[in-house]
Amino acid sequence: MAEDLLQVRDLKKYFPVMKGIIPRQVGAVKAVDGVTFDVKEGETLGLVGESGCGKSTTGRLLLRLLEPTAGQIIFNGKDITRLNAREMRPIRKQLQMVFQDPYASLNPRMTVEEILSEPMRVHGIGDRHSRVRKVMELLDVVGLASYHARRYPHEFSGGQRQRIGIARALAVNPKLIICDEPVSALDVSIQAQVINLLEDLQKEFGLTYIFIAHDLSVVKHISDRVAVMYLGRIVELGTDTQLYREPRHPYTRALLSAIPIPNPKHKKQRVILKGDVPSPLNPPSGCHFHNRCQQVMNICRTEIPHLQDLGNGHQVACHLYRETKTA
Amino acid sequence: MNMRAVIKGNSEQVEVTCQSRSLWSDALSRLLRQKAAVLGLIIVLALIASAIFAPFIAPYDPEKGKLSDRLQPPSAEHWLGTDSQGRDILSRIIYGSRISIQVGVITVGISLVIGTFLGAVSGYFGGILDLLVMRFIDIMMAFPYILLAIAITAVLGPSLINAMIAIGIVGIPIYARVVRGAVLSVKENEYIDAAKAVGCTNGQIIWRHVLPNCIAPIIVQATLGIGTAILDAAGLSFLGLGAKPPKPEWGLMLNQGKDALQTAPWTVMFPGLAILLVVLGFNLLGDGLRDALDPKLKD
Repeated sequence: MAEDLLQVRDLKKYFPVMKGIIPRQVGAVKAVDGVTFDVKEGETLGLVGESGCGKSTTGRLLLRLLEPTAGQIIFNGKDITRLNAREMRPIRKQLQMVFQDPYASLNPRMTVEEILSEPMRVHGIGDRHSRVRKVMELLDVVGLASYHARRYPHEFSGGQRQRIGIARALAVNPKLIICDEPVSALDVSIQAQVINLLEDLQKEFGLTYIFIAHDLSVVKHISDRVAVMYLGRIVELGTDTQLYREPRHPYTRALLSAIPIPNPKHKKQRVILKGDVPSPLNPPSGCHFHNRCQQVMNICRTEIPHLQDLGNGHQVACHLYRETKTA
Repeated sequence: MNMRAVIKGNSEQVEVTCQSRSLWSDALSRLLRQKAAVLGLIIVLALIASAIFAPFIAPYDPEKGKLSDRLQPPSAEHWLGTDSQGRDILSRIIYGSRISIQVGVITVGISLVIGTFLGAVSGYFGGILDLLVMRFIDIMMAFPYILLAIAITAVLGPSLINAMIAIGIVGIPIYARVVRGAVLSVKENEYIDAAKAVGCTNGQIIWRHVLPNCIAPIIVQATLGIGTAILDAAGLSFLGLGAKPPKPEWGLMLNQGKDALQTAPWTVMFPGLAILLVVLGFNLLGDGLRDALDPKLKD
């Protein structure tokens, strides 16, 4: 496959917690705590995890909608972590986002035409006529009619709105699109429609996706590689076959065993996790997962496991596999 | 929503068109369902009409009177009587509506533009800028409203224009606060993040995405503000800090009539009623607009 389009190195985002009349920092929510991964050109990287594990925050950090606390984001060979707003603008043309909630991500006071032509206007692409033509093309690409251009967002269904959101992301011909749970707010029947659209567009325009979701079957369907996050860290990363066939991390196994299989006679072992996700304000020491893990060892309580390659690019952050590397 | 279903003949083809009205026409129909607001709207429209058509409606010249007709009680000739210089009070009130509208629009315009700018910038950027702007606004609000207006007019010199500027400045804090509050809630929406991701500058985001979604509270505040501004300008004119004689300004008419209060009460009663009616009209309309533009408030 082609080379790395995006490299993320040890990315961190801590949200300070202030208290007192004269605000003083009393702690930090470690929403993203040292995330490292690469995205190759033309592939789809799935990012899965429970609510609050930092997957959406990671997506927003990549677009610089949030300022990272530490770490590096290298896009197309260029470090964009410390660029200011003006330097960032040309990069934004290549880096777009599809948002989770199609009801909140479109400005209710703008027509579809205004929404779709805005990215081109902001980046100074084309004149008014060519922009209108492009809007019509975009509507056609996402399966909407040209007369929809004059309507307002509230006149559309959720699935239609999400397609408008996708069209907006496509307007400036980006290289990488970050999809932040683009289907989780939609009906199951509409989900497939939007997923298929995303796949078709990828083939047509050679797009690269980072697909954030909590629905494992959706992610399996669309992704080439999948990263599993838990409490701000990536615990396992591999191709979809590696990860779904032979999950290594106990957390990934628990997650996968929770996917329902539409066969009442099928008996399978459920790995049931006890307790809740610990607070990211005060995460467990060592491996964040140790207090819910069934294969916990002493070392897990003290030492943070780092991502290590098990071969073929299958990476896992777990002390259970420490020997395999040395052996 | 206005739904219309068209079912075509025998064929299985069923075409459903969903024609939805815009947010504004929805709000208008909600406004027209409120009796008090409609009354307010009628009063305001009547005021505007009398300002536009003053030369055609007014029976006499507002600034020239016949001294032989001074302090006449209401009669068939002078419906609302005459003042101490024999000028027809009805004509003066009709021409006074021009000044009132001028005062209302200009003062609210001053407070609106500056207040919206301050509120939008401080709400959107937050942080130290927000702190500084809002403390400055707090200081302005700590002064009694009319006292600050008097002080500013006294510094600028008494005239109608300066009174308008003074009332405009004094009104800034309310708009700044209303707009800041609205901006704070609007800027949390995902479409603001979407605009950032697209590459809009902060100015473009405020102007195209934030302010259009704050328009409802701004309109309500401005409508209510026109009434208050008219009242305050009348107050300043009454104190001799606003319009100068012989202008048919309502506050000035009160001042000039107050000496004849016991012998000719109509000289103060009718200008006073005019002020009351217009302020009431703007307040009723403003309250109605608030309910119409925010249907959640009522339920």
